[in-house]
Amino acid sequence: MKKHVLIVSALLLASGALAQQKKTITVGVFPDLDSVVKAALPGFYKTHPNIEVKINSLAYADHHNALTTALATGNGANDVEAIDFGYVAKFAEGGGLVDLSKAPYNAAQYRNRFVAYTFPQAMTQDGRMVAMPTDIGPGSMFYRTDFLKKAGVQPTELNRSWDSYIAAGRKIVAANPGTFLIPDASEVATIIIRTGLKSGEGLYFDQAGKVLVGPDNPRFVRAFTVAKQIRDAKLDARAGAAFSSDWTTAFQKGNLASEVSGAWLVGHMQNWLAKDFAGKWAAQQLPGNSYTSYGGSFYGIPSQSKNKAEAWELIKYLTTDPSQQILAFKTTGAFPALRAAQTAPLFNEGVPYLAGQKARVLWRQAANQIKPIDVNRLDPVAEQIVSDSLSAVLDGSKTVEQALGEAQRLIQRRAR
Amino acid sequence: MRAGTSAATPRLSLGARWNNFQRRYAPYIFISPFFILFAVFGLFPIVFSLYLSFHEWQPAAGLGSMEFVGWRNFTDNLTDPTFWQSLRNTAVIALESGIPQHLIAIPLAFAIHMGLRRVQGLVTALYFLPYITSVVAISVIFVTIFSWQYGVLNVLLTGLRNLPLIGGLFPAEKINWLGNREFLQPAVASVVVWRYVGWNVVLYLSGLQAIPRDLYEAASVDGATTWQQFRHITLPLLRPIMFVAVTLTLIGNLQLFEEPYIIAGDSGGIGNMALTTVMYMYRTYNFYSDAGLAAAMSWLLFILIGGLTFVNNRVFGRGRLSGSD
Repeated sequence: MKKHVLIVSALLLASGALAQQKKTITVGVFPDLDSVVKAALPGFYKTHPNIEVKINSLAYADHHNALTTALATGNGANDVEAIDFGYVAKFAEGGGLVDLSKAPYNAAQYRNRFVAYTFPQAMTQDGRMVAMPTDIGPGSMFYRTDFLKKAGVQPTELNRSWDSYIAAGRKIVAANPGTFLIPDASEVATIIIRTGLKSGEGLYFDQAGKVLVGPDNPRFVRAFTVAKQIRDAKLDARAGAAFSSDWTTAFQKGNLASEVSGAWLVGHMQNWLAKDFAGKWAAQQLPGNSYTSYGGSFYGIPSQSKNKAEAWELIKYLTTDPSQQILAFKTTGAFPALRAAQTAPLFNEGVPYLAGQKARVLWRQAANQIKPIDVNRLDPVAEQIVSDSLSAVLDGSKTVEQALGEAQRLIQRRAR
Repeated sequence: MRAGTSAATPRLSLGARWNNFQRRYAPYIFISPFFILFAVFGLFPIVFSLYLSFHEWQPAAGLGSMEFVGWRNFTDNLTDPTFWQSLRNTAVIALESGIPQHLIAIPLAFAIHMGLRRVQGLVTALYFLPYITSVVAISVIFVTIFSWQYGVLNVLLTGLRNLPLIGGLFPAEKINWLGNREFLQPAVASVVVWRYVGWNVVLYLSGLQAIPRDLYEAASVDGATTWQQFRHITLPLLRPIMFVAVTLTLIGNLQLFEEPYIIAGDSGGIGNMALTTVMYMYRTYNFYSDAGLAAAMSWLLFILIGGLTFVNNRVFGRGRLSGSD
């Protein structure tokens, strides 16, 4: 009897100790990144048996809104928060997210292991690092091989320069009635604005916060002029933003000869956007030696988290473990930010949708060519104003000079 | 009676005290849920947004980062060309959608009231359907209808163009409804009209049903035509309900958000033509992370709506009504 009591109490003690050690942390995430975290958990539990992970997945916008509210009120954030590239600058302000460059995290030691432009995206102007990169979207041009063939156009003519892109586009559209070179002319302007930046220059502001947009900045003048040429030549479908109704329909009907986007677009194309045109699309680099990124995801730790050590363990696992990054790529096609993961044999295989083309090699090259861009708190404001003035140029209501002059004044007004 | 105890201070029994307490305070407890909910979800946000409108605050930086800036948010808004453009857009779309709503709804309600008495419920329900349908679903469908290359509307116009004789009346090229400055606002307004006509029909029907039947009977005995009945009985007696309906439209249209937001996107569409003030407020808060500026904008809009409602009240309201009767 005594023996039994001893065993039972020993068991009780042991289970009590175990329960005490096991910590539950929560991860706030959005689709499809939630499936990446889900896929990672079995591997994570093997090395971290004492951490239990709960996934709180919300729709893309809801997730970021909830995070804003949690940071504003200092309450309700998850221990690990996924942050999309577009929101990083916004969340970097204030002390809402912990500085990962400091001890005990010392994230800077991993810097060289990541694609060069990813770390600066998550750094604030005063040198804090608010999130770790996990996936990236190297820019790529997709084009329809059958349309090009019919027009007798070589793929290199499309990407040699922007001028040759437009010239080739005229031939393609003429030879294939009812098609468009590109969904929207403004996409071209977006790329040109993002390329050829001087070191230390942001997209719209320099390091000192001075507004760069204006009629005297060649980068913007060229971006607006080229976009206007495409619009005037009636080469674009005027579909507006990506994933708009016209954009989607144009893809589904097979009316587009080319599109510039992140490498991740292939996943959408094969799953729903252009299912019927498998094997007819191919990829190459963006025109005129442009290398730019389309989005990317990050993980940060809110200052209010009570399980920062465990949260950091999970983030490290998700971002710095090559096998996990490869698993993520297999799960959703999210291109790894970790360089070691990009050398996996998988990346030398052909992409079935692109007729077996070894496009991942291209994307890897592009990823390593992309230059870091300084971010500014007012980037969203400037981006909106520039996009408004571009649309005024495209529909002919303002000249390039007028539009850029006005944009400059409007941005300066806001940079108070 | 136990005179000994009650002589000093009258000590009531527990039951009597409970009764007393109930009589005094129970009503307050019973109505308190409303006041608590109102304080939390109504009063607090209003007071907080007023407080916020005098501060500069980026929400993601936490409550501690609030900084008092006085009237700067108001002056910044009032000197912002985009704010004024958003007000212009709101006013134009409000007029383009507000006036047709009532011009369609009043005769329609009269026709349903007079002619379709048996199927009145069914017809009303049909007209009311857009109002209770999800605005997201509606707007998505209209976006597809208005689509430049692939839209039903342009297919229809092309079909009509190919008709003999009258074909020349229709445009030769597809119209980019949502991508053209001059068409975007009417396109948004048409969706708003479509959505709210049913709502107004129901309002006017209820007004019509309050008009005594014998007035019409007497009029028709006197030989009044339907038009004369409409003109001299229906319209004057419908005035109170018209006042209500117009006020609701005025307030609703000045706060227009969902329809333009989904049709034109958060960018406000071509040349910002569909950027309403509430959309701009949302953009300022959500994309520019400038909560103080957005709060000040909401108060400026409030002042505008309050002013216009006051004017509407003076022109169409009770005072005028009793004077003219």
